[in-house]
Amino acid sequence: MKSKMKEKAIKLVFTSAASTAILIVALIFLFLGNEAAPFAKVPGLSELFGQKWMPVSFEKESFGLLPLITGSLLVTFLATIIAVPFGVCGAVYISEVASRFERELFKPFIELLAGIPSVVIGFFGLIVLTPIVKDVFGLYSGLTALTGALLLALMAIPTIITISEDAISNVPKSYKEASAALGASELQTVWKVTVPAALSGIIAAVMLGMGRVIGETMVVMMVTGNAAIVTGSPFESVRTMTATIAAEMGEVPFGSDHYRALFWVGIVLLIMTFMLNLVSHRVLKKYQDKQ
Amino acid sequence: MRSRSAQTMIYWLMRAFTYFVLIVIAYIIFDIIRNGMPVLSWEFLTESPRKSGAEGGILPAIVGTLLLVLGTMAAALPLGMASAIYLSEYAKRGRFTEMLRLAILTLAGVPSIVFGLFGLGLFVLFLNFGASIIAGSLTLACMVLPTIIVSSEEALQGVPQSLREGSLALGATKWETIRKNVLPYAIPGMMTGSILGIGRAAGETAPILLTVAAFYLPGLPDSIFDQVMALPYHLYVLATQHPSADLVRPMQYGTALVLMILVMTVNLAAVLIRSRMRKKYRW
Repeated sequence: MKSKMKEKAIKLVFTSAASTAILIVALIFLFLGNEAAPFAKVPGLSELFGQKWMPVSFEKESFGLLPLITGSLLVTFLATIIAVPFGVCGAVYISEVASRFERELFKPFIELLAGIPSVVIGFFGLIVLTPIVKDVFGLYSGLTALTGALLLALMAIPTIITISEDAISNVPKSYKEASAALGASELQTVWKVTVPAALSGIIAAVMLGMGRVIGETMVVMMVTGNAAIVTGSPFESVRTMTATIAAEMGEVPFGSDHYRALFWVGIVLLIMTFMLNLVSHRVLKKYQDKQ
Repeated sequence: MRSRSAQTMIYWLMRAFTYFVLIVIAYIIFDIIRNGMPVLSWEFLTESPRKSGAEGGILPAIVGTLLLVLGTMAAALPLGMASAIYLSEYAKRGRFTEMLRLAILTLAGVPSIVFGLFGLGLFVLFLNFGASIIAGSLTLACMVLPTIIVSSEEALQGVPQSLREGSLALGATKWETIRKNVLPYAIPGMMTGSILGIGRAAGETAPILLTVAAFYLPGLPDSIFDQVMALPYHLYVLATQHPSADLVRPMQYGTALVLMILVMTVNLAAVLIRSRMRKKYRW
């Protein structure tokens, strides 16, 4: 009887430990919402839809999120375009073409890259990459959206390679054998059978990589120049949502409109990454169920 | 014949893409080591910074980062491992488990700066810890929790079902089974994933920016309610905020190298545990 009580108590301990994850998620939404909410009354939510982010001004502050959102999207878009060929080629190469020796060499390297702190990558970018971008494109300053995107692409590549490689090596061998038996060359099999069969896994990998990129703070804060303008040009300086929060939060008076607006930036960011994450996991799950 | 050469060409193209990434990674590491090495000295590692970081060492930042790592481990390891045990051993299909999985998935996707905002709202302001080691550690712990849960659960799932069944068949209770027949085999794997997650936390800057990091604090902390310096933040400040950033370049490289060595050591430890375990247990 006593041991039964004990078993129940132990189960309760584990259950409550597990519940903290749910609690934390709830608290994140609660506290972000709580700090952001008063902004909806004064100065009003419509402020957020303005075209300008000018939180400190002698005349009238404006808290339009548009330049920050377009900044984040531009950097993320560029980084994805750069990262996908490297990530997918890398994954296909490692799982289908590479020799055993190469494979043993690549995996730790990729893990190594994933382990380099983002502030170190940002620092490297600031010192080494920024002048290169400036010279190659003949710009006035190397602190551009492109510089940030190049570094972020590098950070997304490990995620894309690892997850796509999983998807590719999970393609049943029988598919490849059937393709070979029909007279297809190795290359035809890879591009027309293996990659399409793993496509949803690859897409999910890319989306997870994008999630990492859009939420990354230090790199973009250090190398994109942080000008809050709406632009589509990779050679302009941009200011992302993440960099805005990190750079401005330290200096705002608690409880000011600016402070609350920064929490709104956080909420928008959270919703965007949440959607990306959710969709990519749905895709991955569907794909795994099919296997 | 033509398709043969096309194949060779495309394979070479893919090889080039892959090797290009490797070369870039190697170059980054090489660049940091080459420029950081000359700065590393006993003085650099054991003295406090002087002249706002332009001279002296980085001891307070090293100590700060180590304290944050310890605090994060103390909070996140037991919680994460216990959650994983629940998910792997106790959870049944149902609403609660589904909610739990969704929560873990959501947490894993939350950007680090949003964790910073959350930590600021909850730990620094609401619970009134102020910018402090405890606020920073708890924020980082929330951030690494999903990594720890997912990797620990994977390790638990790797223990063959027959070990559990054998123990239950001999009349052991569920907890006895878990404690004596599952955990001993799963713990190394659980540790590996968890340590990898915590290594990442050690290098994070965004969450501690808002919850703990001090710009310049040459002394060492007295209690967990003190602010500390931290390596990633120190590097960020030296590289972008310092009035003479070009002149303190060697200090920046030195800090970057120490940070990288610290994170890599943590990661290496995790990888070593893993490879050792792989040799020991084979099902």
